Amino acid sequence: MISTLGHFVLFLALGLSLYAAAGSVIGARTRREDWLASSRNAILAQFCLVTLAIFLLEYALITSDFSLRYVANNSTRGSLVQYKIAGLWGSLEGSILLWAWLQSLFSALVVARYGDRHEAVMPYVQAVLQGIAAFFLLVMTFAVNPFTPLVPVPPDGRGLNPLLEVTDMLVHPLLLYLGYVGFSVPFAFAMAALITGRLTDEWLKYTRRWTVIAWVFLTGGIFYGGWWSYRTLGWGGYWAWDPVENASFMPWLTGTAFIHSVMIQERKRMLKIWNLALITLTFALVIFGTFLTRSGILASVHAFADGPVGVLFLGFLALVLLFSLSLIAYRADRLKGHGELDSIVSRESAFLLNNVVLIGICFTVFLGTIFPLLTEAIRGTKISVGTPYFNRVSVPLGMALLLLMGIGPLIAWGRASWNNLRRNFLKPILVAGAGTAVVFALGVRQAEALLAFCCSFFVVGTIALEFFQSTRARASATGERLPVAFAVLLLKSRRRYGGLIVHLGVVIAIIGIAVSSVYKVEREVTLKPQERLEIGPYTIQFHDLRAGEQPTHVLVWANLSVSKGDRPLVDLKPGQRFYPNQQSPFASVDARYHWTEDLYTILSTFERDGSSATIKAMINPMMAWIWIGGVVILLGVVVAVLPERRLAMLSVRAKAQAA
Amino acid sequence: MTWKRLLIPLASVPVILLLAYGFRTDPKAIPSPLVKKPAPEFRLTVFGGGEISLAGLKGKPAVLNFWASWCYPACYEEAPLLEATWRKFKDQGLMVVGVDIQDKEANALEFIQRFGFTFPNAPDPGSKVSIDYGVYGVPETFFVDRHGRITYKHVGALTPALVEAQVQALLKGN
Amino acid sequence: MVWGGARGMRRRRGWPVRLLLLATALVLGPVDGVPAAGPDVEDRVREIASELRCVVCQNLSVADSPSDLAKEMRNVVRDQVQQGKSREEVQAYFVSRYGEYVLLAPPKRGFNLLVWGLPFLAVVAGGGVVYLVARRWTEQKPGDRPTVDPAYAERVRRELKDREHG
Repeated sequence: MISTLGHFVLFLALGLSLYAAAGSVIGARTRREDWLASSRNAILAQFCLVTLAIFLLEYALITSDFSLRYVANNSTRGSLVQYKIAGLWGSLEGSILLWAWLQSLFSALVVARYGDRHEAVMPYVQAVLQGIAAFFLLVMTFAVNPFTPLVPVPPDGRGLNPLLEVTDMLVHPLLLYLGYVGFSVPFAFAMAALITGRLTDEWLKYTRRWTVIAWVFLTGGIFYGGWWSYRTLGWGGYWAWDPVENASFMPWLTGTAFIHSVMIQERKRMLKIWNLALITLTFALVIFGTFLTRSGILASVHAFADGPVGVLFLGFLALVLLFSLSLIAYRADRLKGHGELDSIVSRESAFLLNNVVLIGICFTVFLGTIFPLLTEAIRGTKISVGTPYFNRVSVPLGMALLLLMGIGPLIAWGRASWNNLRRNFLKPILVAGAGTAVVFALGVRQAEALLAFCCSFFVVGTIALEFFQSTRARASATGERLPVAFAVLLLKSRRRYGGLIVHLGVVIAIIGIAVSSVYKVEREVTLKPQERLEIGPYTIQFHDLRAGEQPTHVLVWANLSVSKGDRPLVDLKPGQRFYPNQQSPFASVDARYHWTEDLYTILSTFERDGSSATIKAMINPMMAWIWIGGVVILLGVVVAVLPERRLAMLSVRAKAQAA
Repeated sequence: MTWKRLLIPLASVPVILLLAYGFRTDPKAIPSPLVKKPAPEFRLTVFGGGEISLAGLKGKPAVLNFWASWCYPACYEEAPLLEATWRKFKDQGLMVVGVDIQDKEANALEFIQRFGFTFPNAPDPGSKVSIDYGVYGVPETFFVDRHGRITYKHVGALTPALVEAQVQALLKGN
Repeated sequence: MVWGGARGMRRRRGWPVRLLLLATALVLGPVDGVPAAGPDVEDRVREIASELRCVVCQNLSVADSPSDLAKEMRNVVRDQVQQGKSREEVQAYFVSRYGEYVLLAPPKRGFNLLVWGLPFLAVVAGGGVVYLVARRWTEQKPGDRPTVDPAYAERVRRELKDREHG
């Protein structure tokens, strides 16, 4: 019953989607409000239908209705309810349904927000968004249907991969998908601007906020994925340059480039083609990412099963690329901005360099990801392009970006005079020098780490200087107390200061990345009971090996007690989880996470009788700074996108207090 | 729109074509560089005692099969075929050798008994021989000719047609 | 982004840590369970293993991978390092068994130079383009700035004066 109903609902939603797309275009061409109005209604109705489909599938999952093949493959009767819910996006069909739903949601939000305003552009925005939604619905209706029935109905399901039955599964995919789908909105606006020829910068206003919101979800998703990986997978790392990981990183890079270069277009009306190309590339990379995940052409730990879906996604990617690039080519002559710069040394140039570096990193990641495929096509051999390559090529570029983060905000728009440069950079350079000297004295000798510290201190110096000088200026001008002045400053120029906070977060994360990799300490030792392992300042004693039955698996763990010097610190229980359906066990990491350093332990192998256990221990200094940096980035974005009304009220209140 | 502008969208075509090519490749299959090269020497202690080595085969063609008791279902599917091949061709001078990797002795012996293996099987302590042969999964089978050269490597469960063809080629070869 | 030195993930620790480990290995050896073969060898093993691909994992190095085969590959690397083999020799051994696929970074020769060289070229080219564009924009300035029609400007001035005084 649910099977037929669900499939029918999707089919209906597809029809409405196609109708809305066509109707919007017809309404726009013939300027008939009735077509436009009915298309808008169709979009809202379509959203309701896809929501219904989600409800149906979730209902089936929660009630363990194994008459649906998807439910049988992605949940078991005994799973906790939150994992049954998360089973919706556990594998291919459901993940496409989730994507389609988010796409419909965003379309509906756009309709709700802009309604019948901006009649020249909006119909095409809707048409593009609905076109994308239609594709995903098409894939489900005709290729991989999440409502496929299963006959005979099994008594119990196979269940989600045990690695996914964790709270993280409720967060990470959603964050990523919100980011991916979010980028379709600025893309749609860009396409609409190109189609209608309304290439004034009007559309930028709408796209900027959507882009930042999509960007922050994608950033959150990427950081969260690294955090999940680190805590769970048991190899002590958080990023493996896996093709699907790269596929999430690339749109992030071009999205970041877009957010920056759009600021130039707002001020100077330059770089129109470039910005359109950037947002097109960002969305194309999003589709490329979903193609990689679902086509099986590159082996990846994230990949879903391959199938006919791969061809469909490749076709869609080709369509998106050809369509958008043709439009850009068609309108290219209208897009030439009149660029004016007073001097080559200016913020515009710094932003352009920022774009070059970000696109450079993106190009590197893309090349590295597809190079094995290219080599196989041309040379017929299989090669690998992995971590050593990506690190070696992207680290210098990352350093350059770090430097630009410090320089950019302090150079003036248009022209930077030597006075300006000297005034703004002298103190941060001194800070950088002093900080590096301190760090050197503390024992840091590796060149890369020193360079990272030096550049980071420089950037922190520029940010701190900016905050401090502006706060002091405002406080002396308005008589407000310093903290108040600071808060008001944040709220008044929230884009600027929010941006600076984001930069601060990036610096914190980069320091965490640099220190935790350069100074990582690892030891793997086989211990008999009561034997000890020394690593850094810690002593780890292995007591015994225990096993226990959990509802879904058997857990074997080692009881370890950790002491620092002669002070007992913490008890750790790294182990392995044995699931009935899985051939090899999953690691159960136990670690002491601390903002200075993490002590990370894994149980590698053991004797069944408990006579020995091989423990791998790692010290990851300043690893937590990576996650803290991510949180600071999020805070910075929140500051940058705070809505107008609320801050006006706060500003008034602050003035009243100062008076 | 001038023809030069067309280049912009057309620039995406090579990338699309490359990705389409990707459908024809199997990302998990690793071609072996050992094919047509001399087989690496090995020396192993057989289950139940005795030694087996490549040199000890003394110019006989051989089928070298890597298996494990936990390798389900592929090793279980091909095990009867291996035993049958041994029985059929051993009088014609073919050797069949099984190498058990990353396994527990009890489980391995059970596997051998279950399928009634009469050809020599040996565990590979430390997986040294497996690594020497570039093994990355089970089951994998190497066909070695009289001169100790690997003629063919098969990854995955063997099929009767494949085994027949390869063994005949081994026996016919000089 | 994870860092690496010029030759793989060589972690050069500060002196204090190194001394501590050396002292530990010497003094506390037996209590330590099965010791590694001395800190320097372990360093070499980890360095070489981090450039080899774990063939049963997705994208992990032999150094990082928790799988059994990776562990045994590490043992093979350790044996060879203890025999005095160099990094190239160990890599050559694995390549002769598994093919180029087992190297996590493609060797810098032949066709692979594309993947090593293009990023650098792209960034340099990009930087060059930025310079040229910025220069063009600074040069464009005088000609493109819209000039005001002098007669119109005169009329505006007169009218303003009239308003002030009138």
